[in-house]
Amino acid sequence: MGVLDGLALGFETAFTPTNLLFCLIGVALGTAVGVLPGIGPTATMGMLLPITFGFDPVTSLIMLAGIYYGAQYGGSTTAILINLPGESSAAVTAIDGHEMAKRGRAGKALATAALGSFFAGTVATVVVALVATPISRAALNFGPAEFFSLIVLGLIASITLASGSTLKALAMIVLGLLLGTVGQDLGTGVPRFTFGVPELYQGLQFVSLAVGLFGVAEIIRNLEGDMTRSVMVEKVEKLRLEREDFRRIRMPVLRGTALGSVLGVLPGAGHVLASFVSYSVEKRASKHPEEFGKGAIEGVAGPESANNAAAQTSFIPLLTLGLPANSIMALLVGALLIQGIVPGPNVINDEPELFWGLIVSFWIGNLFLVLLNLPLIGVWVKMLTIPYRWLFPAIIAFAAIGTYSLNRNPYDVYAIAFFAILGYVLIKLGCEPAPLLLGFVLGPLLEENLRRALTISRGDATVFVTRPLSLTLLLLAAVAFVVAVLPAVRRKREVVFEEED
Amino acid sequence: MTLRDARKDLLAGAVFIGFGLAFAVTATTYEVGTLLRMGPGFFPLALGGILVVLGVLIAVTGFLAASGGEIGTVPWRALVLLLAAILFFGSTVRDLGLVPALFVAVLLASFAGRGVRLVPALFIAVALTALSVLIFVYALQLRLSLLGPWLGG
Repeated sequence: MGVLDGLALGFETAFTPTNLLFCLIGVALGTAVGVLPGIGPTATMGMLLPITFGFDPVTSLIMLAGIYYGAQYGGSTTAILINLPGESSAAVTAIDGHEMAKRGRAGKALATAALGSFFAGTVATVVVALVATPISRAALNFGPAEFFSLIVLGLIASITLASGSTLKALAMIVLGLLLGTVGQDLGTGVPRFTFGVPELYQGLQFVSLAVGLFGVAEIIRNLEGDMTRSVMVEKVEKLRLEREDFRRIRMPVLRGTALGSVLGVLPGAGHVLASFVSYSVEKRASKHPEEFGKGAIEGVAGPESANNAAAQTSFIPLLTLGLPANSIMALLVGALLIQGIVPGPNVINDEPELFWGLIVSFWIGNLFLVLLNLPLIGVWVKMLTIPYRWLFPAIIAFAAIGTYSLNRNPYDVYAIAFFAILGYVLIKLGCEPAPLLLGFVLGPLLEENLRRALTISRGDATVFVTRPLSLTLLLLAAVAFVVAVLPAVRRKREVVFEEED
Repeated sequence: MTLRDARKDLLAGAVFIGFGLAFAVTATTYEVGTLLRMGPGFFPLALGGILVVLGVLIAVTGFLAASGGEIGTVPWRALVLLLAAILFFGSTVRDLGLVPALFVAVLLASFAGRGVRLVPALFIAVALTALSVLIFVYALQLRLSLLGPWLGG
């Protein structure tokens, strides 16, 4: 199927009233959780995943994806208005966006963010449509050995961009892989680590893991401090951009879109990296670098375009290889598996409605976001005044009901508590939770491909390095690992040198 | 260089070593098998071993760098109340039904906040229970019984 036929099918699929409605619900919810502090898209998607069980697969994915990129918009809104980036990729936007707001140009900053994001989202959607088919076709030749190496590459690369200690991130991945082995072994049917509890034979629910780790653990973190915020929101007016503004944001938006489209494909925090790189590029390219940090409109236009473009292209590894690049994509893998669809290179051919419908829905969702965010900005600002003591019991309630409704298994609910404690302790000890989720989701795939590859090679472990493609992927993983370790090495050296001085 | 400065990394290392050992030791009770015919114990045993090594590395590098920083306060009351809320819901939703299980869970959870008094907490619990029933039972049509067998539902 050509790209044009595909897009036509996509429009047909995405433009049904149901799918339009759930796209709208998704992006609206996403904007809300992006604006609200203390709850992010990962926890929200985890909570809503069980209820999508009864949906059509396309509808379910359209809504869940909408939550993800909707949250990026919402995060930028709070970054600009109250200097509180709801999403890590919006941290850069806060620098100049909030300065603009302090100088009475909040409206312009919001309009720039929305229009830049819309443009970037549109272009990136086309990029996804164009590159997905060839990549998935190439991946059809992958055998189990290649998939094993690809998953290893994905896991290692995802920590290259993570903040904090590489060793800890690596340990979190391995712990996630191990937790993923709980339950009946697919190869032999032997129950593992179930303590004789039949309810655990199906394994730990990854919905429990997602809401425990990203929802409840986060609430406990927030309750450490005083969450009574007094929100001082700058007045929002003059949303219109003038000709001069358009002239200034034109190039930053284009450059941001290009950067974001490329960097978004990287596993891990590709969209965060994209917005940071875009900001420094704009600062360097500007004729007035001294304006940066004091409300330069370019400092909003570039990073905002970059992070939204990256949010779209980060779907490429998932849709073409079945490989989730970050914890959000890992949740979407879960959503697909619940629907009985195994993510991988076959999805484009076997489920064309799903693939193209989702891509077209990105574009529709971005359009909804512009409409939702610019005229209705007042509503989102109001949401900031919801007190946290209301919010967190609601999160607990929805998390518990959502998880229970999946299988009516009390152990799934108990698992939330387990993962909340585990997540809280590990976060306290300086470990990022995202790699654990990624490892958990990819664990069964990794084990299955390892087994199959070794069965095919008659137990010869060198199969991973004698097949050229597998070797290449493993070498790339090694490079990614070295890159991840290097800055740490450098920092350690600096510490040593300081002590010697 | 003191133990106090490195305790974050030392504790993190200990957690990983603990999990790694637990998984690896349990895995040996399953059939490990060979590379050609992998038993159920193979993968967890290998990973458990890797996790122990990583845990040791984290603890050692943390001890050498000694720059972990403070762990900070732990909101014990909130922690206990939130977990109690979740466990209560999980253990009673089937037999008590959605409404009572959720009401008590939300009430417990809302006391996790600071300076919460009884009346506002009751109000939050009533409002959230009603909202959840509306969303999950009426709008989304999840088949959850409002009152369970213990209450004659």
